[in-house]
Amino acid sequence: MAVTDVPSQETHGEVDAEELEEIWADAPGVPGFFSTIDHKRIGMRYIYTAFFFFFVSGLMALVMRSQLAAPNNHVVGPETYNQLMTIHGTTMIFLFNTPVLAGFGNYILPLQLGTRDMAFPRLNAFSYWIFVLSGIFFFASFLIGKAPDGGWFGYVPLTDKAFSPGINLDFWGLAIVFVGISTTVGAVNFIVTTFKMRAPGMTINRVPIFVWSILSMAFMVLFAVPAVTLAAGLLELDRLFGTAFVNPHLGGSVLLYQHLFWFWGHPEVYILFVPATGMISMIIPVMARRPLAAYLWVATALIAVAFISFGVWVHHMFATGMPVQAMSFFSAVSLIIVLPSGVQFFAWIATMWKGRVRFTTPMLFGIGFLLIFLLGGITGAMLAVMPFDWQVTDSYFVVAHFHYVLNGAVVFPIFGAIYFWYPKMSGRRLSERWGHISFWLMFVGFNLAFFGMHILGFLGMPRRIATYPSGLGWDDLNMISTIGGFIFAVGTGVTLINWFHARWWGKPAGNDPWDGDSLEWSTTSPPPEYNFASIPVVASRHPLWDQRPLPTASSTGDEATKSLGPEGAEHHETPETTGLDARPQGTLDLPHPTYLPFLLACGIAVFFVGLLIKAILVGVIGAAALVIALTWWAWRTEVDLA
Amino acid sequence: MSAVTAAVPVPEATAPTKGEGRPTPWWGMACLIMTESTLFAGLIGSYFFLRASSKQWPPPGIEEPKVMLALIFSFVLWGSSIPMLVAERGIKRGNERTLRFGLMGAWILGAAFVAYSLYDFHELHFGWRNNAYGSIFYTTVGLHTFHVFLGLVMSVVVQIKAWLGKFSKERHVTVQVYAMYWHFVDAVWLVVFPTFILSPHIK
Repeated sequence: MAVTDVPSQETHGEVDAEELEEIWADAPGVPGFFSTIDHKRIGMRYIYTAFFFFFVSGLMALVMRSQLAAPNNHVVGPETYNQLMTIHGTTMIFLFNTPVLAGFGNYILPLQLGTRDMAFPRLNAFSYWIFVLSGIFFFASFLIGKAPDGGWFGYVPLTDKAFSPGINLDFWGLAIVFVGISTTVGAVNFIVTTFKMRAPGMTINRVPIFVWSILSMAFMVLFAVPAVTLAAGLLELDRLFGTAFVNPHLGGSVLLYQHLFWFWGHPEVYILFVPATGMISMIIPVMARRPLAAYLWVATALIAVAFISFGVWVHHMFATGMPVQAMSFFSAVSLIIVLPSGVQFFAWIATMWKGRVRFTTPMLFGIGFLLIFLLGGITGAMLAVMPFDWQVTDSYFVVAHFHYVLNGAVVFPIFGAIYFWYPKMSGRRLSERWGHISFWLMFVGFNLAFFGMHILGFLGMPRRIATYPSGLGWDDLNMISTIGGFIFAVGTGVTLINWFHARWWGKPAGNDPWDGDSLEWSTTSPPPEYNFASIPVVASRHPLWDQRPLPTASSTGDEATKSLGPEGAEHHETPETTGLDARPQGTLDLPHPTYLPFLLACGIAVFFVGLLIKAILVGVIGAAALVIALTWWAWRTEVDLA
Repeated sequence: MSAVTAAVPVPEATAPTKGEGRPTPWWGMACLIMTESTLFAGLIGSYFFLRASSKQWPPPGIEEPKVMLALIFSFVLWGSSIPMLVAERGIKRGNERTLRFGLMGAWILGAAFVAYSLYDFHELHFGWRNNAYGSIFYTTVGLHTFHVFLGLVMSVVVQIKAWLGKFSKERHVTVQVYAMYWHFVDAVWLVVFPTFILSPHIK
């Protein structure tokens, strides 16, 4: 394609940036806050809200570590400990890791694709409101002192009405169903945006790896989340309405619950991990100043993981007494899934090997991630082997393993991504010096906190216990772990302060502080509401490296191309392109700010509160609000289209 | 006051595609159908899991579901896809009259099915609290009926728009997407019906 040969920069007309601002801006103040549908504002909100939950549930982890620092400790009682443990796990999975990655996806993905918003901007706002309301719903339990205490996995029969009669577990079960709506809607948006909104010329084999990773995550969400909705939903039907799904006396099955839960639970691990690797695949090539090695293999690996992740869930259930032949299959698949991750790992090493690495803060987090993920991956392969699993099941070895993969291999990339993309989001740079300090505190603290847990597991320390007697050889390792946990917390706090310091006093970042290769670095920092006045035209996997200056398209009279140029931005439109080769296909009228997503989310929240307190009237009011908002929405859609 | 410059078009990459692609709402509905299918697949999987772990199915004291009436009304539901197809084809050619009466025909058949389902639930001699069989039966069949009911509610909005003349040969994405949902709900019954109504007769 002779894209770059085109006679360059012939001016077709000038567009007034202030005029565009006016067309795209949200209303100021409170109305704008509740009605915005800008993917960047929503993305930032996701990140802020998720980090609020991260720090709250991190503090809970510190309380638990304090309790476990010494044998026979009395910092908190066993009841409180169980509540803290349940909230910590549930929050980190559902209210921090999943949404914070959705936040980065929301902010970065449309910019990397070269479009002016997501495919369904109103659904995007709806997804955020559902997330924050379900978070409030869940944490309300803690505030009224009735926090769920059945573990983040909510195994029956412990969580059955007979053994957990309080309202505590209902908060948990309903919140899981509630937040699942947000995740699903977000996934639909990511898929359609990726396939239909790419800049012209960005064929499917030129899509940035981060976009591939979000796509892979979104497909896993579509097929995995219904399972956890069923698990928690059927449990809640039993608890609220007295059905018999998990009641063995009436023909129900407790194993059914575990199957449904882990059918979601294992893909979920990859739902978190895959976008994190996507972030690493963006950071390492930029910092090593060369294209990612084996692009096609990495993209294939990301898709392969999405498929294979649905065949491994039973390795969480090796100790439940199933036939060995059946379990062998899942053991084999659990070993096979190591291969795509290995492909990515070697691609990252090769990229660094052949490049010239800059040891910036994002890169440090990237390298820290590699080391931690290596260990977490190896223990994962160990746990896939049944005889080994039987030895360490329900011990601290498992706790060590999943903190290495879910904390180390997901949170480290997220912190790297903050240092990498914050300059784009705010227009200001984070302090490199404090970034380095934060990284080293986190890295050292992390390994002190969690490495010893492997050994504790071998020494027989069971998980989910609130205290332990002395003289079992567990004391020193637990004390070290607690100290490490506090060091890690200080490290995350340093980044928090760095963030707020940079927000007001950071050095200006410029458009492209890292000399990046993907389209988000071609627009201003922070980007304007419309992202791109003219849509860039892509002819490479690394447009900003290979196409200097980056060509942009202009509008023609054709329906399919009229929104490519600044005229599209003037008309509040964005181009729609074909799924594989990204040829202009049509023009999308982007919707204007609206309260509908917020109202709809509130209706759903009221409905769930009605279920929780078993008040039919409240439920009916919620359902009515829901129906009115949906009808209004469906009605308005045609107005927007016409 | 800053200015944004527009550059020249780049002919090859920005040349419009010749073929007709799917609109974004079509993709959105396709994704929704994927995730909803998984939900029903999970329920059907649960049905067979519970069945496999029980000695007698249905449990003692519960008769097998009656087939005859259920079969007739199943064909009513499946048949409702035909007027829906007629409606779609009509508006593709710009025929609003066919659209209106097609939608109405599908609505009447769908409403007949929901009415039958409510009658059938009323006639059942077991509740959803009695045992796991009752729980999974009411939940799955009820969820499907609820989907048909939702389709009827949505249809009202689409029909009002159709009568107000909001759709044309060029602009009818709403109809296209709504029809997808309707066909999907019919297709779910193609799996739920044999599982819940027919399979208990296989001993």
